[in-house]
Amino acid sequence: MSNDKTLGEILRKQGISRRGFLKFCAATASMMALPPSMVPAIAAALEKARRPSVIWLSFQECTGCTESLTRSHSPTVEGLIFDAISLDYHHTLQAASGTAAEAAREAAMEENYGKYILVVDGSIPTANPGYSTIAGISNKDMLMDTAMGAAAIISVGTCAAFGGIPHAKPNPTGAVAVSDLIKDKPIINVPGCPPIPVVITGVLAHFLTFGAIPELDALGRPVAFYGKSIHDRCYRRPFYDKGLFAETFDDEGAKKGWCLYKLGCKGPTTYNACATTKWNEGTSFPIESGHPCLGCSEPDFWDGGGFYKAISTPTGDIGRTATYAIGAGAAAGIALGAMNRAKHSRAEKAHEKVTIDDLDKEK
Amino acid sequence: MSETEFLLWVRGPGLQGATIIFVLGMAVRILEILVLGRKPDLAEARGSAVAGGLRTIITRSVPDKGTFKRSTFTVVAGYIFHFGLFITILLFAPHILLIDEVLGVSWPALPTPVVDATTVVTIIALVAVLIHRLKDPVLRFLSRFQDYLVWFVTILPLVTGYIAFHRIGFSPPLLIAIHIFSVELLMVAFPFTKLAHAFTLFVARYYNGAISGYRGVNS
Repeated sequence: MSNDKTLGEILRKQGISRRGFLKFCAATASMMALPPSMVPAIAAALEKARRPSVIWLSFQECTGCTESLTRSHSPTVEGLIFDAISLDYHHTLQAASGTAAEAAREAAMEENYGKYILVVDGSIPTANPGYSTIAGISNKDMLMDTAMGAAAIISVGTCAAFGGIPHAKPNPTGAVAVSDLIKDKPIINVPGCPPIPVVITGVLAHFLTFGAIPELDALGRPVAFYGKSIHDRCYRRPFYDKGLFAETFDDEGAKKGWCLYKLGCKGPTTYNACATTKWNEGTSFPIESGHPCLGCSEPDFWDGGGFYKAISTPTGDIGRTATYAIGAGAAAGIALGAMNRAKHSRAEKAHEKVTIDDLDKEK
Repeated sequence: MSETEFLLWVRGPGLQGATIIFVLGMAVRILEILVLGRKPDLAEARGSAVAGGLRTIITRSVPDKGTFKRSTFTVVAGYIFHFGLFITILLFAPHILLIDEVLGVSWPALPTPVVDATTVVTIIALVAVLIHRLKDPVLRFLSRFQDYLVWFVTILPLVTGYIAFHRIGFSPPLLIAIHIFSVELLMVAFPFTKLAHAFTLFVARYYNGAISGYRGVNS
């Protein structure tokens, strides 16, 4: 695919109707909470957009992010938008390998220096450069080198955004997030394990339309997708408010679809679009299929005190601690009380009665 | 320390430590009082000590007309924030889940919006109580550092809980961690301050009533 065709031309060539294209623009606008009046602007901008060069680097990752993007939604307009960007380097998807692949990356960098979008999935090991290499180049070196000419960096998946599973304790590879290493480039975090495909295309569409990165929250995530917690948008929320909870995965509450808070749902502390955008072409999301949210789009979700423990409950056995403390306290209290009584009776014994004679003597 | 590490600390070692201080401290305090015992009353009983004790537990919990007239504000605000604390602590769904997990007992919760509104009312009552303490010259004169400390550690969990529930300002894990930490402060302060009255007041009322009951008089 040549780089000089506009997105509009490419989409029409692939049989996407004007109507389908506008539907995508409208969906994107509503997802990003933009007013409907922005739809024509998005359409016009995307229509005219040149296929931007995208370099996709995969480091310590499981390819789940790529799987999520390529398999779950195809073939949809989102998928074709992806075809329509110039994905110049991607380990999993490119046909070339070894020196040829690296040459493609270097060529794309040179040709679009300062303009290409760098997408990263996976964390970067810092303990030893040999833990993860591509064509003999350490992950860190490749990231620093490629980031230099990027217009913006999109950290796809929790590993690239926050360190993810490789970063989990005890973090043997010294894994870090992209934002830990790169401070001088705009970075958009698109966390999730994996992230929702439409969120990635939404972020890319935003970048193509406005030429700027979307509004981000404190963790560098686009507010449009990560602005509300799963809990706030959860269809099981009324059960939480009524105090109706599933206690196990097969009890009456679970069958009736009650709240999964007690089974460890991390919905209240997790910010993502799962509850509204859903997965598998809008079929459902984890809570809808009866499993609590793991909180995969939050930092350190792997070390959050257990997937199946409610978020506010103690991690240790408080009942046992309290029992021991009562025992020790009772023993100490009784001992102190006995000491007080002993002191009292000693004082009583030491008490000498004063007679009139004694008083007379003192004169 | 990251937010998650802080949350794990307050749910783990922090809570363990606070529980030990709270439970051990209160056990010592209560038993020290009980072990002291009472001198045997050699006079002939003119009424039931037990009945008098139990009656006084109830009668002292209801303000008599004179007290109500003299200190209407203290009585009303005091009742509001004590009932408010009861509702917010014991009838909020996540709190009941915690108690169930630790003690294995549970009861029905109030709807979340009711608890939410109660929290606001309780906070207002506590603020009013503090203003009253500062404005009344006698009360201010009698107040020591401990009185302000006790007020602070009592209102803190309410405020942090309210903020955590509405997710104002910080990320939810940090807000929950701050809320749990504020409760741990309250637990640590409990055995060493006037807060211990929550456990000793009924014992004291029983003793007072029992003494009078034995003598055949109402207290």
